[in-house]
Amino acid sequence: MIIRILNIVIDGLLMGGIYALIAMGLSLQYGVARVFNIAHGEFIMIGAFATWLMYTVLGINPLLSLVIVGPIILVIGFLLHRTLFTSLRIRAPNPGAYEASSMLASFGLLFIIQYIALSIWGNATRGYTYLAVPFRIGETIFATNRLVTLAFAVGIGLAFYLFLTYTRMGKAIRAAAQDPAAAGLMGININWVLALCFGLGALMAGIAGSLTSMCFPVYATMGLNYTIIAIIVVVLGGLGSIPGSFIGGFIIGLIGSIMSYVQPGLAVASYYLLFIILLLVRPTGILGKK
Amino acid sequence: MNIASVISKKPFLLGLVGLILLLLATLPFYATGYTPILMTTILMYIIMTVSWVIFSGPTGYISLASAAFFGVGIYTMAILGKALPLPVVIAIAGAASFLVALLVGALTLRLKGIYFAIFTFGLVVLIKEVLLYWEINITGTRGRFVVLESNETVYYVMLILFVLTMLVAYFIQHSKLGLALRSIGENEEAAAHTGVNVTMVKVITYAISAIFVGASGAIMATRWTYIDPYVAFNPILSFMPVLMAIFGGVGTLYGPVIGASMLAYLQEVLTTRFPYYYMLIFGAVLIAVILYLPNGLVGLVQRGWKRVSGGQIAST
Repeated sequence: MIIRILNIVIDGLLMGGIYALIAMGLSLQYGVARVFNIAHGEFIMIGAFATWLMYTVLGINPLLSLVIVGPIILVIGFLLHRTLFTSLRIRAPNPGAYEASSMLASFGLLFIIQYIALSIWGNATRGYTYLAVPFRIGETIFATNRLVTLAFAVGIGLAFYLFLTYTRMGKAIRAAAQDPAAAGLMGININWVLALCFGLGALMAGIAGSLTSMCFPVYATMGLNYTIIAIIVVVLGGLGSIPGSFIGGFIIGLIGSIMSYVQPGLAVASYYLLFIILLLVRPTGILGKK
Repeated sequence: MNIASVISKKPFLLGLVGLILLLLATLPFYATGYTPILMTTILMYIIMTVSWVIFSGPTGYISLASAAFFGVGIYTMAILGKALPLPVVIAIAGAASFLVALLVGALTLRLKGIYFAIFTFGLVVLIKEVLLYWEINITGTRGRFVVLESNETVYYVMLILFVLTMLVAYFIQHSKLGLALRSIGENEEAAAHTGVNVTMVKVITYAISAIFVGASGAIMATRWTYIDPYVAFNPILSFMPVLMAIFGGVGTLYGPVIGASMLAYLQEVLTTRFPYYYMLIFGAVLIAVILYLPNGLVGLVQRGWKRVSGGQIAST
């Protein structure tokens, strides 16, 4: 019994690492850049497909492809923000109108990216095996690839937290999150910082995609499920709170693995129920400011 | 705009509306085959779009629950279609959607901006997941068959629902309720201070706007003959009304009608030939409209008209 509980917990933590990474990305995009990016999951899909393609066609190690996929997606995200979202931000009469219009624009992006992927790869599910060897801790067995995934997710999360806390750029990002106008007056190039945040958010999604492709199937419509989970985690952790998203990711991972054990058919429904209760009871999240 | 031109315009507008209605009502007599089926789909989208505009247009709250109300209508028809006559089932479907919207509104209309949009979108997926679970684990069957109705019946029911939707939308816009909604959209706190019962107004309007979406879902179900939670609660149907309304222009009633007609026609033509590219075009149009047409087609035409005539923008 104890081993079974331990198994569920560890399984939840393994999934939670990916969720934490995805949610941190969305938290950057919404908490700082103010883009409620519904297309977030599509960057996960792009990362996953890119890694799959590089591994099956060119034989590149998936862990090495993180270093290739990440920067490319960062640039794509940066350029997207500089063109599309910046011009929306300039045109919007007030921040609320910008949130609404950028959310709708990201829906447009979702459809464009998803259907480009569908027309290239169709509806088929892809996958590959990498590091799918058992790994023993005491009496329990794990797949090595999932442990590697967790280690990378936690490592990247921590590195990013240190970057935010101790570097000048990180300070600029935190200032922009608090008050973009005042940050601009302090000499921060606000358009640049917001675009960077959007790009970094996309980068995290892309890396999370690369990592998930090692353990889970890859398909063109996989993105939205992850987006939904990311939204729930971000609301749970508190909008704009990066540590909150990180912790929230693990909480949702745990709930997911408990639900999959108790009643697999209701896992997604249980996320929503949690989400609905959270929105009604504590819309600021566990670490959010009042 | 002076009074004389309004008087001279009103009979013209009424005549135009009458003519369009006459043409629509006699459609099955002169157009057979595919045309009534196409018109049914277009009318369905108009009903969904205008219903969305009734609430979200003046208040600015983006509701993404259209698909949920539509799905409630579809399931009402699937469950009761064999037992009760058609008009009764459609009325029940409308009432069921009204109740769901009332509940959702009462729970969530305290939420501001983006939270409301996410919550309403989550509702669609929540209902779908719970229904799937229910059908797979408890009833043991996924999906249901729906009673079949003739294409003419479906068309006329949709036409009646369309006329009702337009009438309700018109009367809400020109009533005290419409004024209250617009004042909520401009400044909710100020509206509350001037004596508008903000919560009441929002919840009631939201619930009313769901009635015809549910009713049109019920009649559409008879055309599809087989439904399951994936068909009934399709999230795309939550976004289409938003896109169509924004494309046409949210400020007026004819804007959404024009936007919905054009995009629904485009969808019908494109989906059969290029299923994937249709969604691509849909996404590109959505982004282009948000970027370049903040007031929709109607706004564009009004701006163009102003430039040509050098006069005032027509008030609606």
